[in-house]
Amino acid sequence: MKSRGILPVGFNRWFSMAWLAAGYIFLFVPIVALIFYSFNDSPIPNKWAGFSLRWYAALPNDREMLGGVWLSFRIAFYTASASIVIGTLAAFALNRYRRFWGRTLFTGMINAPLVMPEVIIGLSLLLMLVSIQRAIGHPDRGMLTIWFGHLLVGMAYATVVVQGRLRDLNPQLEEAAMDLGARPLQVFMLVTLPMIAQSVMSAWLLTFTLSLDDVVLSAFLSGPGSTTMPLVIFSRARLGLNPSVNTIATLTVLVVSIGIVITSFLIARAERNRNIDMAAAARAG
Amino acid sequence: MKQFVASLRSGRAAVIGIPYLWLLVFFLLPFLIVLKISVSDVDGVRFKDVLSFAEGAMSLTLKYSNYIFITQDELYFKTYISSLTFAAVTTIFCLMIGYPFAYFMARAKSTVQPALLMLVMLPFWTSFLLRVYAWKGLLSEHGWVADLLTFLKVDHLLLAAGLIPALDRYMNTPFSLVVGMVYCYLPFMILPLYGNLAKLDVSLLEAAQDLGATPFTTFWKITVPLSRAGIIAGSMLVFIPCVGEFVIPELLGGPQTLMIGRVLWDEFFSNNDWPMASTVAVVMILLIIVPLAIFNRYQAQTQEVRR
Repeated sequence: MKSRGILPVGFNRWFSMAWLAAGYIFLFVPIVALIFYSFNDSPIPNKWAGFSLRWYAALPNDREMLGGVWLSFRIAFYTASASIVIGTLAAFALNRYRRFWGRTLFTGMINAPLVMPEVIIGLSLLLMLVSIQRAIGHPDRGMLTIWFGHLLVGMAYATVVVQGRLRDLNPQLEEAAMDLGARPLQVFMLVTLPMIAQSVMSAWLLTFTLSLDDVVLSAFLSGPGSTTMPLVIFSRARLGLNPSVNTIATLTVLVVSIGIVITSFLIARAERNRNIDMAAAARAG
Repeated sequence: MKQFVASLRSGRAAVIGIPYLWLLVFFLLPFLIVLKISVSDVDGVRFKDVLSFAEGAMSLTLKYSNYIFITQDELYFKTYISSLTFAAVTTIFCLMIGYPFAYFMARAKSTVQPALLMLVMLPFWTSFLLRVYAWKGLLSEHGWVADLLTFLKVDHLLLAAGLIPALDRYMNTPFSLVVGMVYCYLPFMILPLYGNLAKLDVSLLEAAQDLGATPFTTFWKITVPLSRAGIIAGSMLVFIPCVGEFVIPELLGGPQTLMIGRVLWDEFFSNNDWPMASTVAVVMILLIIVPLAIFNRYQAQTQEVRR
C-alpha cells in the first residue's frame, strides 16, 4: 500500500481536496443556515435583525408542536425497539438459512421498502387497515397505525444494518460454543449477541431517527388527534418560512449530536473492554 | 441430542416465520388490496366486492375505467414522463457529484476516512424534512444561495435554459426541485460507491500502470468497471424513491414541476378518490418495477454469505 495517490490525469491532490470540501459545504450549509436563522430577532425570514432567543422562548407555549414532539418520540421509541427485534430475526434468516421456501420473495420484501416511494407504502397500508377496520372495528387510525407503517420501513433498515455485521462474523466462535455444549439460545445470547450488539445499537438509532422524521407514512396513517412532529412542521413549512421550525431544527440537531457522541463513547468503551478481555484470555491461554 | 435438533428446528421456524409473516401481512397483502381497489366500483362509501355471488353463480366485476382514463388523459401521461425525467436528472447529477466524491474519500489517508464517512452520514441523522425546508430559505429571496447565484450571474444561465421564470427567482422552479432532490439523495449515492471503492484492490491499479496504461485508461478500464455494483446500487437508491417523491416537490417544486407522488396525494387527500389513487399507485409500481428488480438483484448479491 505504498502509493495511495493513483489518480487520473489532472486529478491532483488539490483538486480532490477541493472537491471533497465543496461537497461537504453543500451537505452542511443548509443545516448551518437553519441553526443561524433560529436566533434571528425578526419574523421576516432571510433578514437578519440581530441575535435573539425569542423563538425559543415562544416554544413552551406552542402546544401543537410540543404535543407532536411527545407523540413522535413515543412512536420512534416503539418503532426502533420493535424494528431491531424483527430486523435481527430477518437478518439471521437471510444469513443462516440459505434455503427456505420463498427466500427470493422474502429478500424482495425486505429490500423493497428501502427504495419504494413512501406514497405507495402509505396508501396501500392505509387501504388495508381501513378494510380490516371495516370488518372487525379495529384499529382506529392513530398512534398504532402510524407505528405499523414506521415499523415496516424500520425493520428493512434494521435488517440491512444487522445483516452487514452478521456476514462478517467468524462462524467458528459459534461453532466452538456449540461444541462446548451450549444450547442454541445460549449461543445466541452469550456469543452472537455481544458480537452484533454494536450494529443492533446503530440500527436502533437509525430507525429511531427515520421514524422521528417521517412525513408521508404518518400523513396517510394518522387520525384525528395524532399529529406527529413532522406533520406539524410540514404543515407550517407548506405555508412558508416559519422561525418556529428553525428552533425545532436546532434542537433536533443538538439532541442528535449528543446522542451520537454518547453512543460513540459507549461503543469505544465496549471495544476497549473487549480488547482487554481478549488480551487477558490470550495471556491465560 | 434429539432435544437439541428439535429446539434448532423450532428456532429456525421462529427466526424465519416471524419476519416472513409480518412482511406478508403488512407489505404484500396491502399491495394486493390496492390492486383490487384500483379495479373496484365505489358504492357510496364502500367498495363493491370484485368477486360476488349472485343466484348461485360467481361473477367477477372489474372496472377498468380508471386505467383507461389514466392512459388517455394527457395530464397523467405528462406527469409520469416528467417524474421519470426529474428522477433521471437527479440520479445523473448525484452520480456526477458523488462518484468523484466517493473516489477521493476512498483514496484519502486511512486515518481520516472514518471521519470523512461520519461527515457524510451526519446529514442522514438530521431530519430529511428540515433539510428540505432549509433549502426553501436558502433559495427564496435574499437567501444565502440565491444571493450567491445572482452574484455569480448563474441566474442568466438558468433563465436561458428555461429552468427559472425570471432573474433572481429560484424558488418553486424545476431548478429548486432538482437542487433539493440532489441534496437529499446525494448521501444515498456516496455511501454504496464509497463502500465499493474502498475495497478496490490498489495492486490492480498499480499493475495496469506498470503495464503502461495511462492514469485515465486505468480509471476507465479498471476502476469504473470494478465499481459497477456500487454505481448501480447507488443509482437505484436515488432513482426509485425520486420517481414517487412527494415532500420535496411539495415544498420546493412549483406549477412547472409535475410529479406523480403529488398527484397521488391529491387524488387521495383532496379528491378523496381512493380507486383513482390506487390506480396511480399501481401504474407507478409498474414504472419502477424494472429498476426495483435490478436493485433487488444487487442487494441479494451483497447479502450472499461470504464464507
